[in-house]
Amino acid sequence: MKVILRNPRREVDVPGGRRVKEVLRELDILPETVLVIRGDTMITTDQFVGPDDVIELRPVMSGGRDPR
Amino acid sequence: MKCRKCGGQAVLELRRHNAAFCVDDFVEFFRNQVREAIHRYRMLERGDKVLVAVSGGKDSLGLWDVLLDEGYTTTGLYLDLGIFEYSVESKSKCEAFAAKRGVPLIVSTVAEEVGAPVPVIKAVTRRPPCSGCGLSKRYLTNRVALEHGFSVVATGHNLDDEAATLFGSVMHWQTDALPRQSPALPSTHPKLVRRVKPLYRLSERETAAYAFLRKIDYIVEECPFAKGATSIAHKEILNRMEDASPGAKHNFLFGFLDRARPAFERTEALPLNECARCGQVTTGTLCAFCKLADQVKRAV
Repeated sequence: MKVILRNPRREVDVPGGRRVKEVLRELDILPETVLVIRGDTMITTDQFVGPDDVIELRPVMSGGRDPR
Repeated sequence: MKCRKCGGQAVLELRRHNAAFCVDDFVEFFRNQVREAIHRYRMLERGDKVLVAVSGGKDSLGLWDVLLDEGYTTTGLYLDLGIFEYSVESKSKCEAFAAKRGVPLIVSTVAEEVGAPVPVIKAVTRRPPCSGCGLSKRYLTNRVALEHGFSVVATGHNLDDEAATLFGSVMHWQTDALPRQSPALPSTHPKLVRRVKPLYRLSERETAAYAFLRKIDYIVEECPFAKGATSIAHKEILNRMEDASPGAKHNFLFGFLDRARPAFERTEALPLNECARCGQVTTGTLCAFCKLADQVKRAV
């Protein structure tokens, strides 16, 4: 399956046929830091993703704010 | 995973609330959190003229979206920081949102106001870029609000932003900064416009989810200067804690607001003056913004 990552935008191939949470663990990404997008909707981390699926892991962090 | 409210297919799990929601019930949960924030801190009244500071990102455009749907009278303010392609794209996102919703957007350009864009300010001051950028944002949002007669400025700061700021202040025991951290800052001078943060109860992931589910076209790319920023490092630490103990960020921030913040409040107010040059509020003779503009003019 294909995983789209951002900042910078890139794609990685990982084995499918397992839950999203296992994919996140393999990529060392905390669930709290991304939206998991498949097609035009979001999916929870207990969902299975197949070998032909494409998911986007969209980072949610923004920042660089002045601390004051 | 099933939606806690309707039992339908969930699209987002919120571990800190021990809940998961479908699209419609999440959007309603989000709006309820904003309503609760506004109510608890008396942030907005129906007659307020609200200036929403927008950056093109998920938080500020999401905030504008909720406030519009809640029936508030709002105008957007976009500050063009002049940060290369990032600013070009973020400005176009704000303009597209304003056009789609048929609402007014004011654009102010930092390069015109300070004398140079943020990348040049960074080089001239030799300070972290977020420093001059943040100073310019605070100053210009207040000035624009005053000039156009807005009663309140609303910003898209979320729970993660506030927790990271608090973490930074506590790490350095900046006891003067702690009482200033609040979801609502009252006007303490006729030339200081009230500031509110209606998203302070919502995490960054929740604001991103709201923007995505509402099909808001926001800028996903980070500001090129954000990499390596201290606030990002603090967010990463807090997210590790959140992963191990859901609700950690919420408890850290809300515990401070409810129980610790009052202990740091000063009894005596800082004397506020008007800047000798621009007339905006400062604790000194010349305000920090005019000093920055002077520094830029000397170098450019």
